[in-house]
Amino acid sequence: MSTLVLAEHNNAALVPATLNAVAAGLAIGAEVDVLVAGEGCRAVAEAAAAIAGVRKVLLVEAAHYAHALPENLAPLMVQVAGPYEHLLAAATTTGKNVMPRVAALLDVAQISEITSVVSSDTFVRPIYAGNVMATVKSSDAKKVITVRLTAYDPAPASGGSAAIEAVAAAADAGLSLWVAEELTKSDRPELTAADIIVSGGRGVGSSENFAIIEALADKLGAAVGASRAAVDAGYVPNDYQVGQTGKVVAPTLYIAVGISGAIQHLAGMKDSKVIVCINKDEEAPIFGVADYGLVGDLFKEVPAMTAALDK
Amino acid sequence: MKILVAVKRAIDYNVKARPKSDGSAVDLANVKMSMNPFDEIAVEEAIRIQEAGGATETIAVSVGPKQCQETLRTAMAMGVDRGILVETDVETQPLAVAKLLAAVIKQEQPGLVILGKQAIDDDSNQTGQMLAALLGWPQGTFAAKVTIDGERLKVAREIDGGIQTVDLRMPAVVTADLRLNEPRYVKLPNIMKAKKKPLDTLTPEGLGIDITPRLTVVKVAEPPARKGGVKVPDVEALIDKLRNEAKVI
Repeated sequence: MSTLVLAEHNNAALVPATLNAVAAGLAIGAEVDVLVAGEGCRAVAEAAAAIAGVRKVLLVEAAHYAHALPENLAPLMVQVAGPYEHLLAAATTTGKNVMPRVAALLDVAQISEITSVVSSDTFVRPIYAGNVMATVKSSDAKKVITVRLTAYDPAPASGGSAAIEAVAAAADAGLSLWVAEELTKSDRPELTAADIIVSGGRGVGSSENFAIIEALADKLGAAVGASRAAVDAGYVPNDYQVGQTGKVVAPTLYIAVGISGAIQHLAGMKDSKVIVCINKDEEAPIFGVADYGLVGDLFKEVPAMTAALDK
Repeated sequence: MKILVAVKRAIDYNVKARPKSDGSAVDLANVKMSMNPFDEIAVEEAIRIQEAGGATETIAVSVGPKQCQETLRTAMAMGVDRGILVETDVETQPLAVAKLLAAVIKQEQPGLVILGKQAIDDDSNQTGQMLAALLGWPQGTFAAKVTIDGERLKVAREIDGGIQTVDLRMPAVVTADLRLNEPRYVKLPNIMKAKKKPLDTLTPEGLGIDITPRLTVVKVAEPPARKGGVKVPDVEALIDKLRNEAKVI
């Protein structure tokens, strides 16, 4: 039996999260194939074929796969699922959208956001905002799995030379249409792939004030993140949110500014290698997880830090 | 059009869960339970659509033990017209819940089903998608905005890169993300009124659904603890630590 990983892409390029999912697939121990479904996406299939360790790439091209609509993608995965014991995707919003639909069509459970493979039917996954790690064993013949990105280093994007096999498209289910996407444009690193993240919370106070967070981030070549409170208050877009229900990150350095450290936020960043917090409330829970804590006014300390980094 | 909302009784979001000392399960003895926060958003959305004239009836459904009646009463106090409890003491996993909801939906024939995008206990984020699959309906997950236009439903979705909008044929399943709305506070007179609203009880056996768990919990454990670190006096000391001790900048 082998493993099929769903590639995530925009028809032109592979989303790097796919590499982490492939790494988890390789950890299961069986041969790993990758499914690339899209429109005009041969370049993506070629990129997938170059991933070290991939055996074969299944390429399916049709207009109704262009935007990874789950109503079309899930039946396709079921159609090609026959030889595979494990069906994997990265736990991105795309993977989370599609894979439970695949699992239900196959009448199997999904194992969400695995962080480690114990054996071919047993996996570890965080529950309760990461305050508990559960080891779960599946009794299903097929295992549908999403992979927590921070738990696996990406598989090397080059070195492989897998064959690309064209597969016939299934019919358009006709249930859904893609209308539009408003993507946040930024020259900064992508949040889940960044080595350094500077995040702001409610304490930052306004959208305009986020400029001091961004200035520090730019000085460090960092991505900008935020707590739920800052997103709910409209300081920054939703895709900045780090936490239990936002993005889960584990950079080398995470700098939390004006973030108190609710368990829902800690769930998204506590696996970072080094955590720094800057907060005026020295009782804030964030100090309990920070390697280095600075008690102070963020409006004074953050610009001072940005300036001092030039020295 | 009827709207059906699914609500889960889950650990209160302010409570930090811990494993039992024998590692067999999470310790939920004497822990405060509430409606899953995302399900509150789902309930609020259903009520707002009804208040705007977009629905004739709103129904809340919960799956679980008898205490889930409280969760349904909360939904009814928020404004939902009636409740249905599918009562079971068996641990229900997302696939089983989706099957039970699909069976109830076949009886009730709603035009729209709204669920929270995930429950804050098992963090699965599966039930809405599974339900849509079982019904053969489209799904608008992680919804930030929902607009009904005749037989079509526009859903703006929170995705990793920003916002995506999809256009779905109804009936459809929607799962609520954080920014869909801000749930109302329940007023005392409405709590009293909710006690008089109809609450029916069904069973998995009665619905003919096998809810045997497919996943077995082998063990639960606390994650490796993070040691609290040190406080630094000023920015210079902080940068020195990051450069020379942690070596991360």
